[in-house]
Amino acid sequence: MADVVLRNVVKNYGAVPVVHAINLDIAHGEFVVLVGPSGCGKSTTLRMIAGLEAISGGTVQIGERVVNDLPPRDRNISMVFQNYALYPHMSVRENLGFSLHIAKRSRADIEKAVAEAAEILSLTPLLDRKPGQLSGGQRQRVAMGRAIVRHPDVFLFDEPLSNLDAKLRTQMRVEIKRLHQKVGTTIIYVTHDQIEAMTLADRIVIMRDGHIVQIGTPLDVFERPVNAFVATFIGSPPMNLLPATVTGGALRLSDGTPIPLPPGLSAREGQAVHFGVRADNIMPEGHAMPPTAHMTHVEMPVTLTEPLGTETLLFGTLSGTEVQAKMLNPRPVRTGEVLRFGIALDKCHLFDAETGASLRV
Amino acid sequence: MDQGLNHRIRRRLLKAGHFIGLFLAMSLICIPGLWVVLNSFRPTVEIMAKPPVWIPSELNLDNYRAMFGGIGEGGVPVLTYFWNSLVISLTSTVIALLVGMAGGYAFARYRIPGKSAIFVGLMVTRAVPGVALSLPLFILYGRLGIIDTHFGMILVYVALNVPFTIWLIDGFFRQVPKELAEAAEIDGCTRWQAFWKVEFPVARAGIASAGIFAFLTSWNEYALASQLTRSLNSKTMPVGLMDFTSQFTLNWGGMCALAVLMIIPALVLTFLVQKHLIAGLTFGGVKG
Repeated sequence: MADVVLRNVVKNYGAVPVVHAINLDIAHGEFVVLVGPSGCGKSTTLRMIAGLEAISGGTVQIGERVVNDLPPRDRNISMVFQNYALYPHMSVRENLGFSLHIAKRSRADIEKAVAEAAEILSLTPLLDRKPGQLSGGQRQRVAMGRAIVRHPDVFLFDEPLSNLDAKLRTQMRVEIKRLHQKVGTTIIYVTHDQIEAMTLADRIVIMRDGHIVQIGTPLDVFERPVNAFVATFIGSPPMNLLPATVTGGALRLSDGTPIPLPPGLSAREGQAVHFGVRADNIMPEGHAMPPTAHMTHVEMPVTLTEPLGTETLLFGTLSGTEVQAKMLNPRPVRTGEVLRFGIALDKCHLFDAETGASLRV
Repeated sequence: MDQGLNHRIRRRLLKAGHFIGLFLAMSLICIPGLWVVLNSFRPTVEIMAKPPVWIPSELNLDNYRAMFGGIGEGGVPVLTYFWNSLVISLTSTVIALLVGMAGGYAFARYRIPGKSAIFVGLMVTRAVPGVALSLPLFILYGRLGIIDTHFGMILVYVALNVPFTIWLIDGFFRQVPKELAEAAEIDGCTRWQAFWKVEFPVARAGIASAGIFAFLTSWNEYALASQLTRSLNSKTMPVGLMDFTSQFTLNWGGMCALAVLMIIPALVLTFLVQKHLIAGLTFGGVKG
């Protein structure tokens, strides 16, 4: 087990930079999730840590060693791939034991380690099958088993759940978290799914266009996004962003609707901003959270509803922008019905319209 | 009810038509082969009879006996030809496979400048009919002094087969996800070990099928061999068939007997690797 330190790590493909001098400190035993839209450089970063991709600049350190020039086999890491990359010509047993076999460990050692990993992941009855005879979830577990058998310093996961159906994905998510609790190894996990990131991570690293945008605990990035990109990327449904201008100490939406300035935010007079509010903080009256000190109200026609059981998502239009709101204890709502919504201002955000940066102080 | 009956009749007719079509196609492929086998067991009189005799009145091993008999009794040095064919075909196949694996792997995995041009170049060599090369080759070989040697024939067949094996094996390696080798490297393999322990076994079926094609090409090749072999030193079985022709006669029975001997190893080999062959040709469907 070890900590992982990235210092000014750069990756160029020819003249095209894909990762720009990123810095990241991952503590021993931490579960860190790299998340971002496709093409943001998260997988490339992971592959540089694994040694599958050459590092164009900066240093990667695992434990005490700078591993820049070490081949993958000398880094004592293991990796779970998106397509599992199980060896199709070997049985599950051979797949699990392969790394130990290569390391020339004794047969008894290998058997013991394989049995142990199989036990942890309930693979024991499947040991003699070939990967082709397994279901998606089982293959996923074999891939994880292959990773844990070696007791590596660091686990790397490259979108391991994206080939599974929704139900299985939720299930495996829990298993991965449980696995981390059991073995306590440092995990670096790449995904484009913000729900996976939120549910699994000790800390989330949000990347865009080869830069790290924000690093923080799941609650941190959810409650205090540094910019509009993070705000809309993290959380489901995405945060509503409404264009507005600061006029006379209050916000004025583009159609003139006045909204009081949320507390704890600093904005210049006349500044063009985006007013950010999550669906959880804009709810129809009578179907909402208890009112807080900083409430304001708007009226909005409902254009679409999405019942989810315990709550219903309401789509409406406010000052020309589509807005999603949540209705707790839902009742049927007609399309076109105009409802009065309460907005919890103390949970709202302001972002500079130009830079997207958060205006929270 | 009526409609159901119609439907059933139509389906049966279609099925019968299907069978008849298949039967005709298979006849076209199989009858010449069967005719060769049949002729190897019967006397020339019956072979040459007009109208043809389909059901033989007598089957015997006379042609085989004569073939293995001494010179002057219609005998030919079958075992020497067989040995020459075997050495030349096997060696050239092994070399073509090794080169094909190296080349195919490189094409499948690495970025090479001008890759597609090189690839097309390789394929173009297949478009040149082998016979067209026989005269230049003959002159070249004459100067080098490698006419009528195993080495010379092996060289020709390697050159003939390599573009094909590269092309085929490239296709198979392309279908092996590159993550498999990466996983193996992370599991502690060197690049070399990752290839031999993971990528090679996974693509083995495809490589086996490339091997069969290469072997059969060398085994059956006649045009070039007839130019570049002279004597017992290197004459292969297809060339040996010509021993049964003389100025005025053609010993069809003997020729067929030798042809049967030629077919047997090819058949045996195909049966041995049949499983691999089918797996290789339907590779996409068996990915783990």
